[in-house]
Amino acid sequence: MTNYIGTATSRVDGRAKVTGAAKYAGEYNTAGLAHASVVTSTIAKGRIARIDANAALSIAGVIDVLTHQNRPRMASVDDAYTDDTAPEGSPFRPLYDDRIRFSGQPVALVLAEEPEVARFAASLVRVEYDEEAHVTDIHRQRDATFALEPGADPFGPPKPRGATEPALAAAEVRHRGEYFVPIEHHNPMEPYATTVIFEHDGKLNVYDKTQGVQNVQRYLCRVLEMAPDKVRVMSPFVGGAFGSGLRPQYQVVLATLAALALKRSVRLVLTRQQMYVLGYRPAMIQEVDLGAKSGGILDVIAHEAVTVTSQYEDFHRQETAWSGLLYDCANAKYRHKLARLDLSTPCDMRAPSAATAVYALECAMDELAVALKLDPLDLRLKCHSDRDQNADRPYSSKNLRDCYRQGAQSFGWDKRNPEPRSMRDGAELIGWGTASGVWEALQVPIAVRIVLTANGHAEVSCATSDIGTGTYTIMAQVVADMLGLPLDNVTIKLGDSTLPQSPVEGGSWIAASVSNGIVTTADAIRRELLRLAKQMPNSPLADAAPTEVALVDGRLVSVRDASRAVPLAETMRHSGVDRIGEEKSTNFEDDGSHAHNTHSAVFAEVKVDEQLGVIRVTRVISAVAAGRILNPKTARSQIIGGVVWGIGMALHEETLIDHKFGRIMNANIAEYHVPVNADVRNIEVIFVDEPDATINQLGIKGLGEIGIVGVAAAIANAIYHATGKRVRDLPISLDKLWR
Amino acid sequence: MNPFHYTRASDVADAVRQIAADPSARFIAGGTNLIDLMKEDVERPSRLIDISRLPLKSVEETAVGGLRIGALVPNSDLAYHPLVAERYPMLASAILAGASAQLRNMASTGGNLLQRTRCYYFYDVATPCNKRAPGSGCSAIDGLNRMHAILGTSEACIATHPSDMCVALAALDATVHVAGPAAARAIAFTDFHRLPEDAPQRDTNLQPDEIVTAIELPPRGFAANYTYLKIRDRLSYAFALVSVAAALELEGGTIKDARLALGGVAHKPWRDPMAEAALRGQPAGEVAFSRAADLMLGDAKGFAHNAFKIDLARRAVLRALAQAAAGTPQSQSDKQIR
Amino acid sequence: MVETDNAAGPGVRPLEKIPMSLTVNGVERRLNIAPWTSLLDLLRDHLDLTGTKKGCDHGQCGACSVLLDGRRIIACLTLAVMQDGASVTTIEGLATDGALHPLQQAFIDHDAFQCGYCTPGQICSAAGLIAEGRAKSADEIRELMSGNICRCGAYPNIVAAIQHAMGQP
Repeated sequence: MTNYIGTATSRVDGRAKVTGAAKYAGEYNTAGLAHASVVTSTIAKGRIARIDANAALSIAGVIDVLTHQNRPRMASVDDAYTDDTAPEGSPFRPLYDDRIRFSGQPVALVLAEEPEVARFAASLVRVEYDEEAHVTDIHRQRDATFALEPGADPFGPPKPRGATEPALAAAEVRHRGEYFVPIEHHNPMEPYATTVIFEHDGKLNVYDKTQGVQNVQRYLCRVLEMAPDKVRVMSPFVGGAFGSGLRPQYQVVLATLAALALKRSVRLVLTRQQMYVLGYRPAMIQEVDLGAKSGGILDVIAHEAVTVTSQYEDFHRQETAWSGLLYDCANAKYRHKLARLDLSTPCDMRAPSAATAVYALECAMDELAVALKLDPLDLRLKCHSDRDQNADRPYSSKNLRDCYRQGAQSFGWDKRNPEPRSMRDGAELIGWGTASGVWEALQVPIAVRIVLTANGHAEVSCATSDIGTGTYTIMAQVVADMLGLPLDNVTIKLGDSTLPQSPVEGGSWIAASVSNGIVTTADAIRRELLRLAKQMPNSPLADAAPTEVALVDGRLVSVRDASRAVPLAETMRHSGVDRIGEEKSTNFEDDGSHAHNTHSAVFAEVKVDEQLGVIRVTRVISAVAAGRILNPKTARSQIIGGVVWGIGMALHEETLIDHKFGRIMNANIAEYHVPVNADVRNIEVIFVDEPDATINQLGIKGLGEIGIVGVAAAIANAIYHATGKRVRDLPISLDKLWR
Repeated sequence: MNPFHYTRASDVADAVRQIAADPSARFIAGGTNLIDLMKEDVERPSRLIDISRLPLKSVEETAVGGLRIGALVPNSDLAYHPLVAERYPMLASAILAGASAQLRNMASTGGNLLQRTRCYYFYDVATPCNKRAPGSGCSAIDGLNRMHAILGTSEACIATHPSDMCVALAALDATVHVAGPAAARAIAFTDFHRLPEDAPQRDTNLQPDEIVTAIELPPRGFAANYTYLKIRDRLSYAFALVSVAAALELEGGTIKDARLALGGVAHKPWRDPMAEAALRGQPAGEVAFSRAADLMLGDAKGFAHNAFKIDLARRAVLRALAQAAAGTPQSQSDKQIR
Repeated sequence: MVETDNAAGPGVRPLEKIPMSLTVNGVERRLNIAPWTSLLDLLRDHLDLTGTKKGCDHGQCGACSVLLDGRRIIACLTLAVMQDGASVTTIEGLATDGALHPLQQAFIDHDAFQCGYCTPGQICSAAGLIAEGRAKSADEIRELMSGNICRCGAYPNIVAAIQHAMGQP
């Protein structure tokens, strides 16, 4: 019997990736391909007064220059541009009109026979602007913000509970602190790219870098007013996205627009610099106010946040809600305000809202523990909550306590001297810090098709994406187990808008959704096989009910009596079918009785050179409770990746804007620092047991986000423990230790 | 990138002839900085003269016991050259502190000297920059200047020179050999790079029709007591906030001779004869080191985002001198600072 | 804002292509290439060897690492015409007769990648690293692999895979 679920399994797409055979969106070479290059605005706000493309057009090999003045027709209503994940507002329309909304906005598209020619010609396009005053500094707009009404929408702050003000006034110990996270950028390694193959019949095959092919396909059809059967969007491999590919990005519009204009195939690969307007983690000013009884009972949490959005859309997530969720606390109040800046709209970035909000909460909890003279881990254990107090319901499963216990044990937390600056190794101060993490365990409606052939091979298809998370592999594992086949007998097809319905891949919801979707469809296959098996003469399964048979090792077997079995191939041959195909949707009806979340406990060790302030993260342990783990190998990698992101968030990452120009100045990966190999040392991942019988059939929760949540706080807390210096604005660069 | 003619130089004289004939031409060797800048439209040469095949790739001992390094020796070959590793380990260490293994395999010795600043505004042709577009103004002075200079700045420019290798070469009293239409000449390393003054578009004192042919190291390599200490925003593959090349010659506990150069703080590798003089004859210890650091940074001037560099540089000088005195140079792979 | 003027000026014809030869993964290729084509674009656009990745095009990420005459370099910051007569090994040339290179197998076994986009560059860089013979310890591997950024954060697994391929425990 196969048992792939829960077994460490190498990626089924591994060979394609290590040999260079895996093709990404900008890598489809085809005859007659035209190459596009974008001209971007140099001002942050205003209008285009004039575009002179004559010099560009005079270059041999230039085919055309598209601007808002000469582009093909585009839809004129916001609804057309409102994709599945769009926030409230009026979405950006590339090359639509003369308005400049942010620096780096596309204003012209040069089309040429060769990429070098397109890029050179783009540098010759002259654009004159009527410039208007802009503002790009969240600190300047802090008081000009507008508040979201609590409880008004699912992404707004929750309604308050209890009586916050009296509780704060009565608190025996209180900690209040302001925390800041700057704008951060996803910087997936693969640049945003689209190759549009213009077929002879006028149909478009669009290879796009996206986390949701069907979202892009529907969007393109609306924006460019095309019939759905004219456009197919594909993304078999995605070179990282981390949320930046949830919304259709402008390059897919421009490339498709150009293909329609030229009636030929077009490729557009954005430069690394150009990617910095595609969305970002919004900067966040947070004030966390905690009140507790002296023994460590948390009485009250007030969490106030200001986050960045654009002038044209109201991007936000439920930033403040995590505070009232994570700990047992009778009184809680939230306030969330948005600061409009002349930047492009922010977008989801790995654990959106939780990465930033839990950072602030968990630093504040550390400060509260210091004020209470309590071990920070003890405080968290005392404040442990078995109920989601925001929604007032129990968890379907929550084994955070084991995360604390196992993480602390593996880390050696009991050897921690609570006194800051008390542990050292030569010239380095050693600090140990901890933090909790939390994320949602979401699942979304999805459809899966399985075609089982008589030779014992299954093809599974779904329009979801694998952005590096390992979706190909877990899909293969689940179907192999459900159909009793070896992994090698399974083929996975995904990243194609013509495949069965899938939402965008994000929010850690795809693993649970698609794996349970496979269970549903595999169940239908099994039932059909049983129906056929019953028709066989003297069928040993003649009186078996569908719930009494399983597919094991290529046979349909009675679960009560293993001797009663029929080979799958024989069953199909007897019935004269060479394939059984089923496509089923899974909807994950939720009665709302339980909260579904994942949790983590993060333990970090830093070493800080006392004289120079150089910070090294020498050890991180992340203990995760996330239901059943489908593939310990790829799951571990997911968490390690999240921890590396947390290191970057804590120490390195910051998008620098020159507010005079309203322009991002470190739009590259030499000056926007992400961790390199030398920044990352020992990372240990622990998955604690967390059976969950109710969330879904397989007990799956998903892992994409939880790995980063809490990491920056654990590191910041460790730095405090090492140095006695509390730095409340990220990233913690060495100079901040001396301020 | 703009279109350009591509030619190869057959020998040094041909290279000089070609560049003299076309003022907007550039030499190309490793290409790691020039091609980057061309892709940004910061550099727009009409012609690239490929000098990468010229016979300037040897490292040879000089008659006086020094080393003559061909301008086209790749950075990694130089760092790992047995004579460099043995006699000039500070140079090897500085090279290995810079860029990445791949870039060091490509970048040439001469090109390293001629690499241009990493100032954000220099790289972004949409913003004013006196170095890129003389007279347009300096955006960094009142803008984002975390990476910028604290010493030798001018109202026209506060850019830094990004090289690590050059900091060690300055400390080692290297000489730059150049060829041009006239006779070949030698330039003291400390005179090779310029301060910005009112002409920040000129990084060096190399004439437009001259070519770097070699770097010469004098015999003294300070192989016993040296360090190269680089402080940056992540632990590898990042430009220096501050770096220090420190070398001492000790007799007992007394400093007989000292070399000290800073990177990441000025438009050129920063040496201060007064600071070095103050070390000579003193016991190797905190008092002398502190005095040297004070002298070196006495005139330092910080801007909105980089004032911390003054303190950082001071601390780094103290640490580097302590490392050099103790004979425990900084390893570039072990990130614990010794 | 500054107006940028163009030294080459409008109306300039993209320049003559230059004949060159390049041995790619053991096969000699004769090509006519414009001077401004990078080695990376030559591989990806002209030879359809898209295994070598473009991550930044400015020498900041290492995704385009290849072996040039046996040494690891980044292909985005060298012009193809400058490499006339040279020999290049890309990720497509590492496996022999369908058998994966030990590094390729080690990367799979240690799950040393997620999205896979930096992976060919990591593997070519690691092959160069091993050939150089300078890295003995994990610290040295980390430092000498720091020119290859992995945004998925697979670094610990990358180091483990390289150690495995080097025959280290």
